Amino acid sequence: MRGSGIALGTAGLAAFLALGEAVPRLGLVKEAYFPPTSRIASALVDEVRDGAFWTALGDTLTGWALGLAIAVSAGVVVGVLVSVVPYLREATASTIEFLRPIPSVALIPLAVLLYGTELRSVLLLVVYASFWQVLVQTLYGVQDVDPVADETARSYGLGTWARVRHVLWPTALPYVMTGVRLAASVALILAITAELVIGAPGLGKRIAVAQTSQAVPEMYALIVVSGLLGLCINVGARTVERRALAWHQSVRGEVAV
Amino acid sequence: MLDVRGLKKVYEGSGRRVEAVRDLTFTVEAGELVCLVGPSGCGKTTLLKCMGGLLAPTAGDVLLEGRRVTGPPPGMAFVFQEYGRSLFPWMRVGENVELPLKQKNLSRSRRRELVADALRSVGLADAAGAYPWQLSGGMQQRVAIARALAYEPRVLLMDEPFAAVDAQTRADLEDLVRGLWRERGITILFVTHDIDEAVYLGERVVVLSASPTVVQEQLKVDLPDERDQLHTRVAPRFAELRTHVYEQIQAAKRGTPVVTVTKSDTPPLH
Repeated sequence: MRGSGIALGTAGLAAFLALGEAVPRLGLVKEAYFPPTSRIASALVDEVRDGAFWTALGDTLTGWALGLAIAVSAGVVVGVLVSVVPYLREATASTIEFLRPIPSVALIPLAVLLYGTELRSVLLLVVYASFWQVLVQTLYGVQDVDPVADETARSYGLGTWARVRHVLWPTALPYVMTGVRLAASVALILAITAELVIGAPGLGKRIAVAQTSQAVPEMYALIVVSGLLGLCINVGARTVERRALAWHQSVRGEVAV
Repeated sequence: MLDVRGLKKVYEGSGRRVEAVRDLTFTVEAGELVCLVGPSGCGKTTLLKCMGGLLAPTAGDVLLEGRRVTGPPPGMAFVFQEYGRSLFPWMRVGENVELPLKQKNLSRSRRRELVADALRSVGLADAAGAYPWQLSGGMQQRVAIARALAYEPRVLLMDEPFAAVDAQTRADLEDLVRGLWRERGITILFVTHDIDEAVYLGERVVVLSASPTVVQEQLKVDLPDERDQLHTRVAPRFAELRTHVYEQIQAAKRGTPVVTVTKSDTPPLH
């Protein structure tokens, strides 16, 4: 079952790549705007050989990782505090609901005004976009604490901090993990968007440069790279999730009782 | 040892005022095994939570060894009915049992010793490495009991601990509790809605009235110390006692005026 799934997936991907090769070659679309797969592939090979490409990749990953780290720490800390401190959740709910839907890209002008094309511009957008994902999931997670589990902890004399650590945090962790996974994808999107629009160094800027200099296959090659990056991030996040939540219903298999 | 004096608990919220417990007074002596029975919904859990310091009573006091209970006291352990929710699924059995000990400033080796000993006495010596959800319901409740034992409490409060397990497992667990009680000399307050269980386990049975709750009757169980599922439950005296408790509970449900009987009283022979 699993084997045939992989085979089908590979076949599907191969067919897609073949289609990408055939459509421009048959003249259905203009080759100048939509180069065949093989030309994109050779442009990709050229990119990989170029030192500047790796610098750009490093810049993008730096912005992504730093921004994500800040957003996750802030989201978790704020989420736990807002839930634990009485009345704070009710007091902040409306503000959170107001700020959360503001698209991060709407802050691009602000980022440019504040930081120009520096890394900090990228960070501002990345953090703003991914912070809410983590915060909202943390808030849900903390609310999910089982009253019986909490009473058990209280009856055995566990103090506030011990209960946060041993009951609240493990309960919230599955939610936080989901938040981190979503935030990781959003952070990449925003990192590349910021580079593309603002011109901060990174893959996004390289895509913009390739586009303006009519290097269409290179542009596609870079787009492929960002796609692969997103894929790796998602697979990585899922692996971490599975490891950390081996005890959780969603991960543990059927248990013989 | 454990004194409940004029305990009253009123829940107020969303425009509804519910008097769960009206006026409860009773005592549990050191080393006693007392069963609390009452009709369903009579506030047994509320009472136990007040006694365990998990709920603040509206009026009245709970005294443990002469001191007023205002929060969960260190010498008291709680076993909940919902073992599946009371055990932490993210911790292995050994870690679950050990967690409360970490609050007690014990050395690592002493903690290990207590955990191993507690798991051994509930017959789960080799389950320390398993997760609770890998065990059957009965085994999970054993783990919860082991966690309470390892805590070395002087008083053990048990809130309908066997209501969610099957009849055979239940019989085994009842014998386990009686065995542990005789072995360790812990004071146990055991809440149940099962009359047979109350009579089989207890040295004394406190019958509660329907809500708003007061003590309907207290009676001493004059069955021999050595009890077993096969013989005790068919003994004529067992039948008399359970019939008596049953009648009291029926009376409680009908709301017959309460005759408070002192705890040394035993029901008349039929």
